[in-house]
Amino acid sequence: MVTTRPAPITREAVLAALEDVKDPEIPVVSVVDLGIVQSVEVAGADVTVSITPTFTGCPALAVMRAEIAACVRALGAATVRVPVVLDPPWSSDRIAPEARARMARIGLAPPPPSRRFAADASLGLVVAAPEPVACAFCGSTDTTLENPFGPTICRSLHYCNGCQQPFEQFKAL
Amino acid sequence: MTSPVPLQVEVPPPAAVSAAGAPVTTEAIRADAPLREATLAYLLAIGDDEMLLGHRDAEWTGLGPILEEDIAFSSMAQDEMGHALVWYTLAGTLGAPEADALAFLRDTTGWRSARLVELPRGDYAFSLVRQVLFDLAEAVRLHGLARSTWVPMAHAATKLSQEEKYHLLHGRAYLERLGRASEDSRARLQAALDEAFGYALGLWEPPPDEARLVAAGITPPSADLAGAWLAAAVPFLQACELAPPVTGGPDLWLPTVEAVVGGRTGDHGDDLALLLASMQGMYRSDPEATW
Repeated sequence: MVTTRPAPITREAVLAALEDVKDPEIPVVSVVDLGIVQSVEVAGADVTVSITPTFTGCPALAVMRAEIAACVRALGAATVRVPVVLDPPWSSDRIAPEARARMARIGLAPPPPSRRFAADASLGLVVAAPEPVACAFCGSTDTTLENPFGPTICRSLHYCNGCQQPFEQFKAL
Repeated sequence: MTSPVPLQVEVPPPAAVSAAGAPVTTEAIRADAPLREATLAYLLAIGDDEMLLGHRDAEWTGLGPILEEDIAFSSMAQDEMGHALVWYTLAGTLGAPEADALAFLRDTTGWRSARLVELPRGDYAFSLVRQVLFDLAEAVRLHGLARSTWVPMAHAATKLSQEEKYHLLHGRAYLERLGRASEDSRARLQAALDEAFGYALGLWEPPPDEARLVAAGITPPSADLAGAWLAAAVPFLQACELAPPVTGGPDLWLPTVEAVVGGRTGDHGDDLALLLASMQGMYRSDPEATW
């Protein structure tokens, strides 16, 4: 009888498999697209996938951790660790360009480039009026910020004066 | 109607942020019992502030005066509890119990939160003013801690400070509008400010043995943070047509009310017991339950 040995797990195989783990709050975006995977380390059948939160209070993080672990176990890993690390801090600039386009197609305006406030702590925090956001539906920049908080902690609420539609934006961080 | 030019909220870094020294490792803190105790006391203080304010914010879920504010306070509740989890997890690396035990199994005397966050949610004006005073304080504190010689603390502070921008955007939008809207709305905010200000000063009550942390560069002195907070909060409140109880000028604001202290040593008011009964009751009914 011939026993087949499973193919060795590679970092590339893990990353490819993780394309199937979606953000439960934005199901068109995978954890890889979102840029929350900090590193993948493979040592034989032991795999460590370090992830970092978008917003630290994100309740989807626990769901994504569990789904990442299940996904990597399905590749044949004997042990899977999914530690949460905070450095370097996540930025919305990490979201992949294709994922931004998919966000826009479901009516969620992708984040503008983030202006980092904390990269150098010697700089004070200045909260100025936010710049207008392009409407997720018609592209008009004649829009107003209705509320910096929306249906999830990573989204803000906007109104488009061009097409008179409310829309949401993934916040820049 | 023309809307006035929106205010900028400026939060200067505390003076001591440039005074960081040689890195301190987690192992070194664990090995030095007094330093470990002082660090744990500080982490509990700031984690407990976040946890209890998060609980109070969540009391607006379903009850906000308008839908947007219902959503905003619910979101800020999530943020604050997320921040509490970060500080409790860091405390865990120094040997503290796990986060759920810290949040749900401690009695009143074990909490190190400032008195400000245990106060009932009050009316909307009080919750809004308390939130803004707290958010400005948190932004100042995180700026200082981002230069901590204990690298995990610096990383955590850097991460959390990114999120404060949205709290301050929210606070500015509503305080500015309501402060300038009518005499009724202004008077309600002023009454809330008069009630909350002394308690907010209590956020800067130093946790026990803070001098040991300052000497090691792990935290800036609370007194420095308090000065930076006043420098940010006073002009902002004044631009919103409110009168914070201070004297002096832009170079040095001096409060004219006493700080309400005691929280950092476990001395709390009656409100905390009621809060904990509400927040912990379900968990304590079956701590072993799987959710």
